[in-house]
Amino acid sequence: MTFALQSNEPKTSERHARLAQTWADAPGIWGFLTTVDHKRIAARYILTTVVLLFAAGMLALHMRLQLSFPELKVLGPQGYNEAFSLHGSTMLFLVSVPVMEAMGIWLVPLMLGQRALAFPRLAAFSFWLYVGGVMTLWVSHALDITPDLGWFEYPPLSGSAYSPGHRADIWAQMITFTEVAALAASVNMVATILKMRPPGMTLARMPLFLWAMLVASLMTIFAMPAVMLVTSMLISDRLVSTVFFAPTQGGDILLFQHLFWFFGHPEVYMIFIPAVGFITAIVETFSRRTIVGHTAMVLSVVAIGVLAFGLWVHHMFAVGLPKLGNSFFTAASLAIALPAGIQVFCWIATIWSGRPQFYTPFLWVIGFIITFVMGGLSGVMTASAPLDLQLTDTYFVVAHFHYVLVGGAIFPLLGAFCYWYPKATGRMMSERWGWASFLLIVGGFNLGFFPMHILGLMGMPRRVYTYDPSLGWSTLNMVATLGSAIAVLGGLIFVANAFLSLWRGAPAGPDPWGGSTLEWAASSPPPQHNFDYTPVVNSIAPLWSEDPLRMLDGVGVSRREVLVSSLAEAHPEYRQKSAQPSIWPLLAAIAVSIMFIGSIFTPWAVVWGSLPIAGALTAWFWPQRPRSKTGPLRVRV
Amino acid sequence: MRRMVSRAVWPAVLLPLPLLCGCSSTQSPLFPAGQQAANLYDLLLLMSMVCGTIYVLVLGFLVLSLVRKRRASVAPNTVVAPPDKGLRHVLVVWSGFIIAALSVLVLGSFLADRGLARMQDAEVLDVRVNGHQWWWRIAYREPGGTSWIETANELHLPIDRTTRIQLVSGDVIHSFWVPNLAGKTDVVPGRNNSLDLTPRKTGWFRGQCAEYCGLQHAHMALDVKVDTAGEFAAWIARQKETAHPPTGDAVASRGLALIETGTCGLCHTIRGTAAQGRAGPDLTHIASRHSLAAGSLPMSRGALQGWIAQPQAVKPGTLMPFIPLEPADLNAIAHYLEQRQ
Repeated sequence: MTFALQSNEPKTSERHARLAQTWADAPGIWGFLTTVDHKRIAARYILTTVVLLFAAGMLALHMRLQLSFPELKVLGPQGYNEAFSLHGSTMLFLVSVPVMEAMGIWLVPLMLGQRALAFPRLAAFSFWLYVGGVMTLWVSHALDITPDLGWFEYPPLSGSAYSPGHRADIWAQMITFTEVAALAASVNMVATILKMRPPGMTLARMPLFLWAMLVASLMTIFAMPAVMLVTSMLISDRLVSTVFFAPTQGGDILLFQHLFWFFGHPEVYMIFIPAVGFITAIVETFSRRTIVGHTAMVLSVVAIGVLAFGLWVHHMFAVGLPKLGNSFFTAASLAIALPAGIQVFCWIATIWSGRPQFYTPFLWVIGFIITFVMGGLSGVMTASAPLDLQLTDTYFVVAHFHYVLVGGAIFPLLGAFCYWYPKATGRMMSERWGWASFLLIVGGFNLGFFPMHILGLMGMPRRVYTYDPSLGWSTLNMVATLGSAIAVLGGLIFVANAFLSLWRGAPAGPDPWGGSTLEWAASSPPPQHNFDYTPVVNSIAPLWSEDPLRMLDGVGVSRREVLVSSLAEAHPEYRQKSAQPSIWPLLAAIAVSIMFIGSIFTPWAVVWGSLPIAGALTAWFWPQRPRSKTGPLRVRV
Repeated sequence: MRRMVSRAVWPAVLLPLPLLCGCSSTQSPLFPAGQQAANLYDLLLLMSMVCGTIYVLVLGFLVLSLVRKRRASVAPNTVVAPPDKGLRHVLVVWSGFIIAALSVLVLGSFLADRGLARMQDAEVLDVRVNGHQWWWRIAYREPGGTSWIETANELHLPIDRTTRIQLVSGDVIHSFWVPNLAGKTDVVPGRNNSLDLTPRKTGWFRGQCAEYCGLQHAHMALDVKVDTAGEFAAWIARQKETAHPPTGDAVASRGLALIETGTCGLCHTIRGTAAQGRAGPDLTHIASRHSLAAGSLPMSRGALQGWIAQPQAVKPGTLMPFIPLEPADLNAIAHYLEQRQ
């Protein structure tokens, strides 16, 4: 590949205007429905997850009210079982996993200096299908057919004998929706990160966030099929009387648990690993230096991604599997503490040797370390096969995974939200209200969830809607309720701050924090095409380099094009036409939704429902002229 | 006993907090009353100490890293690039420390697991526990015989002797958990799980289903009484007795007749009478039990009568149906059952 120097080309502002025109969406509602802009899609994804986070948080508060004193009747047994099922399913399938993907959809092209994702229409399809999953679960809730069997739905309780009606099927199909959406998003991530890096961004110079998204997406691709398989087997047991999980007819109940946790355990790392990326980005920027031990960090992220597939049985220590096997899974589960410990060390060492600046995103890093390390260590305790027999299915485990998921994923997410908010909106969030929401959320969370460790050790099992006063659990439960309420108050302040700052925030400028990665080279908010020129990268922290950022020219101005580069060295290879806005991803998602929802009621939906899907996909992929006619790639100084 | 001694040294570590909160000690792994639970308690202490130490180290490092450069602030948006060689060396030491700590924990965990699997006694007492939505069917093998003596929701165990609990499920997955005696074991349809209990202290303890099993999972408790050898022999002899027809008590006779000819006998057994249903708990010695409806109510005449009159009010969703009864009939049934000691 040869690069010619900048030659006769349109002036910068004229070029910007032409690019903006090329990448513009149609105005109004049609543009809303057809857009394939990764920023718009990600923003919708994120807003939906925030709304659901609020709704599932309200369910949690309702459950806490029910448990704050013994034998209350705030929620009956049915109401409580629905509440924890809906809370868990929403938080894990509709909030945590999608929000991390959405952050990736928003950030990855910007961090790569690109104009779009590898498959823009697939991102739109992913979002619309995710909306289908959200509607399946929450419209059912509004219609009072809420799934009530937890976020795991073990058979035989979820079999047709013990759960007649359609509550269990609704849960199982909601999973199918979100898993297809997650797979679509993950494939997009992997292709974009591996094949669309800017010139010079070799694998060795890739920011840790991109490594994290890459590993999390690959994990999604390997783990999600297991849960789709198992929920489909459950539906087929219920709908067409197969006997996968019927022990009297040669099926095996534990098959469900194995397949479910083969997905379920990697899932928590799919949520946690993007958070590692957030934390690293924030730590670097606010310590004013690059991360200590970049290679060790990358290796530990990859190690977690691999190890995560070898420890699912630690969710099943009590089911009576052979003890030698359990010991193996104990050792494998404990082994993950090593890469996690290395990561924590690298973050603190970066702060130690840097110049920490206490802005809100950085506060969330502190909250994250305090909380997540506690969750990790209680995880070490539950990873021990024999000790787990006393801890599993008690409030100790409830405390543990909330420390890991809230402390290890939601706190970094809130930090990431504060950190990239100026980039997305062009305005700064209030630091004062940022401090207030940070203190309330982290304080309230720890007040609410630390007592649950003790409740578990005092014998309180999970998923009980009430308890006997003689057991003496009321004081701690009351404290837990109080803490949760404080955290929810903090959450409301956080959202209000984000909302009001849209108008009242100080203008941010392109790089308010002095960040090191490419997204800070775009304006805030970025134009629809992100960058006028493709940046050329010469270090791991391109914006902190002594030299000014060099730019590559030659990617189309008057038609939608992106740059495709080689996998390891990121040599520019060719220009790829990028998809135009299209209604077909939405129509395909609607067709798939009809098929999925229909198959709750009749197996024939799979047959007849495939026809509209085939039609929509045909129209979506209708061939178009693929070749570019514009000139060669050039380096612009 | 070695383990009892080691426990006597350590309660200070974990006990004050729960005790301050007024928690009870009859359903908690922190108050072990059996060999298996004692092994796990020792492991819990080991793990708490190792993990606690690591937490303190990490937090100390974090706090120091935050305060040491507070005054050395730099102009905004400048970047520093200090040498990292020292920190890389510390990283190696830290990784070595983590590996050492994890090795200790893996070893401790493995030894504890072996301890649980080790046969405590050559001869064990066989007890079959059957999980149902939402109660426990319990059956003892008759001493020296082949038949089984059935009871429900109350387990009696002889002290210093190993009882092997065979766990079977009548419907969905449950989990048998008496934390003061041992860790939990799931009750899985189609699988034959078992667990050994070797109690070391007498007294009343409480267990509870630990795997979500449907609507009334919260009310699936079980009372456990650890007896001396003599008490246990007397208890099992009494449980073996069948019911004699009430003599000279017209109300009780009427109660029995109502049970035998009415709806009760379709689901419940009272050995020695015509009530031979198998769907619900055996009622032959119901009044001797500590509580009613799988730990939902303390046993009393009032509780019995209230439970029979309005089962769905006490335990919404219970499979025991509401049977409309005249007050006199209700009274007669409760009166009869109250005598079933």
